[in-house]
Amino acid sequence: MSKKEWPLWEIFIRSKAGLSHKHVGSLRAADAEMAVENARDVYTRRSEGISIWAVESKDVYASDPTEADSLFEPSDSKVYRHPTFYDVPDGISHM
Amino acid sequence: MKDINISELERKFQEKIDKDIKIEPKDWMPDDYRQTLIRQISQHAHSEIVGMLPEGNWITRAPNLRRKAVLLAKVQDEAGHGLYLYSSVETLGANREETIDDLHSGKAKYSSIFNYPTVSWADMGAIGWLVDGAAIMNQVPLCRCSYGPYARAMVRVCKEESFHQRQGFEIMVQLAKGTPVQKEMAQDALNRFWWPSLMMFGPNDAESKHTAQSVKWKIKRHTNDELRQMFVDATVPQAELIGLTIPDKDLKFNEETGHYESGAINWDEFWEVVKGNGPCNKDRVDTRRKAKEDGMWVVEAANAYAAKRAIRKSA
Repeated sequence: MSKKEWPLWEIFIRSKAGLSHKHVGSLRAADAEMAVENARDVYTRRSEGISIWAVESKDVYASDPTEADSLFEPSDSKVYRHPTFYDVPDGISHM
Repeated sequence: MKDINISELERKFQEKIDKDIKIEPKDWMPDDYRQTLIRQISQHAHSEIVGMLPEGNWITRAPNLRRKAVLLAKVQDEAGHGLYLYSSVETLGANREETIDDLHSGKAKYSSIFNYPTVSWADMGAIGWLVDGAAIMNQVPLCRCSYGPYARAMVRVCKEESFHQRQGFEIMVQLAKGTPVQKEMAQDALNRFWWPSLMMFGPNDAESKHTAQSVKWKIKRHTNDELRQMFVDATVPQAELIGLTIPDKDLKFNEETGHYESGAINWDEFWEVVKGNGPCNKDRVDTRRKAKEDGMWVVEAANAYAAKRAIRKSA
């Protein structure tokens, strides 16, 4: 008999129509269907969701936190991408 | 060379903590920080799981359907809290099953309060009111803990705990205004659970070996004695309101400080229970161990079913 542990799943919940799925935590389940059933009991006991995504944790490819500085530096140095960079003449109220 | 790197990493780590930047699973962290969290979060998870047992004892004997539905929901929440916490422990690289096996072998601790028996229905009231009340005092500051996954789990737990305390207090209110026998049941439950509830906050600050470092790392935001004082200050007026007496003849209100002063806690009893000699320690751990052993076929059957389903899908 297999004593293999159930794999780990990351759970994402859409709290209501119009909002995106958001990571809420993880859980163990034998397969994807069971992960969704378990997520219903673990993460939505108080009407927290209308839709569940389960993604096996090993399938998540993540950026490396030690390289975060260099990874995100290109956007930090481009202040002109923000509207506040620009002068709007007095007399123009909405732009 | 390596030592210099480590001390530089530690300096940067503490700088993040001081700036209230959360630590996330893949971030560098000192090994002691990781080990402290693994110990604390797994103990917390075990407490939630073992905490189901004293209340589970009364589900089939709840006095009416409303109380039974509420108690079931509460015990189910405790299971959920245990699961949020085990998944937090896993983000630190600990193995969930090994963590659970440490509970079953007696290596890992859980809150000593759950080693006391629940001998009457009023104990369901006292546990919700006092034990969950004390847990809330402990857990609210943990929502701001420096470790992200633990803090997020605590936000969920705290949202759910406040119903737990209210349902317990409601039981006490009803009993306290019931027949003399019912009121006596409520008082008796308060008498038995008051001191163990105060012990839930852990040893006095002077005796607490982990507090200073945990405060520096912002794992803990308050010391044991500070939290205990907050609990006493909040709870004594609630007891007075419903006409119950706190079983502490030395308890008095200090007008100057605005705080209640409690009598001495029997720390010998606390350490005996922590060491495994409480009234129910053996029973609690045996029950958990048996649950895992008896449930292994479910784990295996689910694996077999998942394998079968996978073959059917690929066909």
